[in-house]
Formats: sequence, C-alpha cells, structure tokens
Amino acid sequence: MALTDEQVRTLGKQAEAIRETIITMLVAAGSGHTAGPLGMADIFTAFYFHILAHDPKKPDSEERDRLILSNGHTCPVRYATMAHAGYFPVAECLTLRKFGSRLQGHPERLRLPGLETTSGPLGEGLSQAAGIAYAFRMDGKKQRVYCVMSDGEQEEGNIWEAVLFAGKNKLSNLTAVMDRNNIQIDGMTEDVMPLEPIADKYRAFNWHVLEVDGHNMNELVQAVDEAKAIYEKPTLIIAHTIPGKGVPEIEFDYRWHGKPPSKEEGKRFLKELRTMHGSVSHEYA
Amino acid sequence: MLNQDAHLSEDVFADDVRQAPTRDGFGTGVVEAGKANANVVVLCADLKESTRAEEFEKVFPGRFIEMGVAEQNMATVGSGMAAAGKIPFIASYAMFNPGRNYEQIRTTVALNRVPVKVCGMHAGVSVGPDGATHQMLEDIALMRVIPGMTVIAPGDAEEARKAVIAAASTDGPVYLRFGRAATPIFTTKETPFQIGKALMLWSSDAPKIAILSTGSQSHAALATARALAASGTESLVLHVPTIKPLDEAAVLDAAKRAGRVLTVEEHQAAGGFGSAIAEFLGEQHPVPVRRLGIRDQFGQSGSPEELLRHYKLDALHIQEAALSLARIY
Repeated sequence: MALTDEQVRTLGKQAEAIRETIITMLVAAGSGHTAGPLGMADIFTAFYFHILAHDPKKPDSEERDRLILSNGHTCPVRYATMAHAGYFPVAECLTLRKFGSRLQGHPERLRLPGLETTSGPLGEGLSQAAGIAYAFRMDGKKQRVYCVMSDGEQEEGNIWEAVLFAGKNKLSNLTAVMDRNNIQIDGMTEDVMPLEPIADKYRAFNWHVLEVDGHNMNELVQAVDEAKAIYEKPTLIIAHTIPGKGVPEIEFDYRWHGKPPSKEEGKRFLKELRTMHGSVSHEYA
Repeated sequence: MLNQDAHLSEDVFADDVRQAPTRDGFGTGVVEAGKANANVVVLCADLKESTRAEEFEKVFPGRFIEMGVAEQNMATVGSGMAAAGKIPFIASYAMFNPGRNYEQIRTTVALNRVPVKVCGMHAGVSVGPDGATHQMLEDIALMRVIPGMTVIAPGDAEEARKAVIAAASTDGPVYLRFGRAATPIFTTKETPFQIGKALMLWSSDAPKIAILSTGSQSHAALATARALAASGTESLVLHVPTIKPLDEAAVLDAAKRAGRVLTVEEHQAAGGFGSAIAEFLGEQHPVPVRRLGIRDQFGQSGSPEELLRHYKLDALHIQEAALSLARIY
C-alpha cells in the first residue's frame, strides 16, 4: 500500500537524521566509508522504520524478519539506523571502529545483538540470506529474508552461485536489494567491470526484477510489497541511488567510497544537512 | 603391546584386515546423526556418490540440498542455514572444501561462529590416480589456524562414523577429514571416541619412542610398533584423531615417557598435525621431534600404495624413521 504524505515526510526526516549520525560517527572514527552509507540511508530507513517486522528490544526474537547486509563496509548506515530505531543509544555510534567497540569496522554478529551475520568480504551475503530463506521454508516459517548488497560486489563469483541457487529453488521469501550507485573503489562500475544489463542477467537466472529510485520511500516500499506477491521467484530490487546522497560535495564522486570526512568537512556537511542545503538560515540541531 | 582398553578389532594385524574408506563412515554417521537430530542437513557440491552424502539423501531426501559445483556457495548457504537453526554438514573434496572456499569458511562460519560441519573428502595422496590437483595436502594447516575451529582426522571408517555423530552435537564449527581409499578398520564399536581425546593404541613399560599419528596412518603406525617390538625396540603409539583441540595431557605424557616423538600424517609436514605437536612440545616439554609427511611437494598419479611408499608414509618407512630416531639420542 502506498505511504501517506505524512509517512513519506516522517521517513524522510528520519533518513536525514541518520545521515547526520553517519557523518558524525565517521568523523569521530577517522576512517571508514562515506558515500555508500549516505546513499543507502533511505533504504535502511524504509526497512527499519516501515518494512521489517522487528523489535529493537528483542533482537533475537524468532519471529523477526531477517535483514542481511552483504557489503559490510557500509555498516555505518546500519549502525546509525539501528541506533535511531532503538537498538542501542545513538551516542554509541561515536565508538565506531574504536578499540573495544561493539561497532566493528566491519559488522560482527557476535558483538552486536541485531546483526544477522558477520560480513565484509564481498559477495557472501546473498548466499547466507538464501540459506536462511531455504531453512525457513523447510520449517514452514513465514518471515521474510532481505539482503542488501552493493553493485560492485556483483563482480564476485560467489554472488552468481547464490543467484543460481535461489533461482533454482524459487526462494520467493528472499528479496535482495541492490544499492545501484555505480561506484566502487577504483572508479565507476561500468569502467572497472561493466555489470549492465544487470536486470536482464538476474531475469535470465529466473529472478523477478524491479527497478526503483532508491531515494523514493514510496517506490521502495511498494517494490517490497510487490516482491511479497511473487510466489515462484526470488525478487531483486535494483535501487538506483546517488552515492553520498544529501551532501552535494560527496554525491557522485567515487573518491568518497572509502574515506571519512575530516573534522572541517564534517562541520560543513552537517551544516549542509541541518540547514536543508541553505534553504533555512539556522541549523535546526 | 596392544592397549586392551582401546578395544581394537581382533584382526587388526591380519593380512586380510577388514577395510573401508573413512568416507563410508561419513555416510553411515551422518544418517545416524540425522535420525538423532531433525536439524541435521547435508549440502553437497555435485559429489553425492563419492562423498557418500547420498546415504543421507536416501533416508532424508527433504534435508539433502544439492548445491551443484559451487563450494563457495555451499559454505555460505550452510552458514545461513546454521543461522536459521540447522546443523549443516557441507561435503565435497577437501581440495575445494576447504580449499576453494577457505575465506567463506573463515568469515561466515568461524568468525560468525555458526555450527557448520565442513567435510573434506579425498584428502591426502592416497586419492591415487586423480593426481596432484585432487590430492589435498594442506587442509589440516588451513583449518587448524582458524580460531575456534575443531579439526578431526578419523583413523578408520568406524571412528569416522563416531566423529560425525559427535560433530553434530558439538556447538561451533568442525572440520572433518576423510580419505578416498579403503584403509584398515582397526577400531570397533566399543573403542572410545570423544572429540579432543587421543587414544593409546600400543604401549610398553619403557618406550624408546612415541609414535603420534593422525588419520588412517595410525594403522601403519601400529604395525610399526609391533615390528619394532619384535626386533627389541619398545615404543608407544598414540592415535590423535582430534588435531584441534589437542589432547595436551596425552601428548605430554607420551613425550615424557618416551623422550622422543615421531609424528605421522598424510599431509604436508609443514603446518599440519606434526607441526601442532612440535609447537606444543616445543613450549611445554622440548624433546626431539621428527615429522613424517609430504616435504614441500605436490602429489602425483599412482596407486595409493605406490604413492604412500614414494612419499615414505608406509609402515616400512615409518619403522625406518622410528628406528633412526630411537638410535640417535
């Protein structure tokens, strides 16, 4: 069902708050990835604040939907969203990548309740999500399994093994979301190793494929709804996103894939976000 | 003399001792494990006959998952199934599992700490005619350095059966190593097996050498001890199926009693079982240690017997090495 205008506004504000936390935590960490997490803020907001059946107070609940993050290096967006959703205090985000922190540089399931897997090495999340989905179907469980993955990691062979497996087994309880931001560390995906026509490739492997604007809450939510109605195939939602979304200096620039903002940049970016890109004269936070 | 408490098979020294490949023990053991626990599932990468995974498929078709030739996916799908409450045994040749999918096992199984049981078949040169590409000689090294990974190389098909059942009821990841060729069944149903426990096969009052062996080499080690005794050299044979966690008390006791140690394994001499023993004794009780294994070489085609002889892992060469070590000091 389509979101109301009010819901869209609320989710949008939530995503902006998550972007601010991402900037703040990356500045504090002094290392980490910036463009991907900012670009995925809307996707994660849609999941944690609308789509997922979950309870931040019961992260181990049997009934929860499973959200697997495959490209673990974008974990700041997951940590920030989980904190805003109530899994842990937002202030803990400042411990990202620090010694003793539960917020490891790449996410580790055993360290932080609410994470479903340990991830970072690329191309492995879709298989794990498929394994969970397969086990759920064996046991007649109705929960949904989601896997958020990057476009760059489609270059991994392990991904295509998973795509074959999920297609063969018609894992309709599995929905993958590809963050299609067209960048990876060494440049644009289509220069490094062209992926297109990526939608056709998945279709050829017996997947149902949808393409959405990854910053449009309504499109995201409705695509997930459609995936639930597809009974004979797993679904891939290609979410076209702008890397670094929300901070014009970062947007579309692959050089922001793997570095954090400096303190000065952080201040500037936060001001950018808090003044709604200069449309209001005072920062609201 | 034979350790009576080990309840070894009566025909252990007979020329026509009953033989079977350790992978047969996987087939029977995993069916028993499946009967005991409905969460046991088996994933196989297009090798269900030669891994014996088909034994499980026959009894539990709905819990057998054919992965196709995709070992990386097998490990990661296994990780996901384990996260959802299953106990997956993932089976293929050791060269590909854990050879091909090492990083998947390290990250999504071990670091993620889920109870996936990695089953590597056709380990060692005794694979025979297939040659070097299929003769895995580095798997013990790869697996034992991963934190939290249990590593087991059963000595015969009967012990393999018990090891599989034990692995199913152990929390956490386990690596199980199996061979292709038929090897003597020297243990019986009554022989004790416990993960992390070594088994004394042969003992004497004043051993001059302790032979520590793992996998099916332990039968040759036992034959060696008998031959040595006939020529007046006393020894002991400690069979160590669990390479990690090591039965440190038993290894220490053997080293103290004999004062010198010979290790035997069908694996690279570097990094494997012998290295584990040398590392432990080097820190706890330094005694002369000699390691029998493959010396920085790949295997090749041939019959299992030819290859074990060529790489000096047959009873005759074990005896030679034991005698020279016993005489040196």
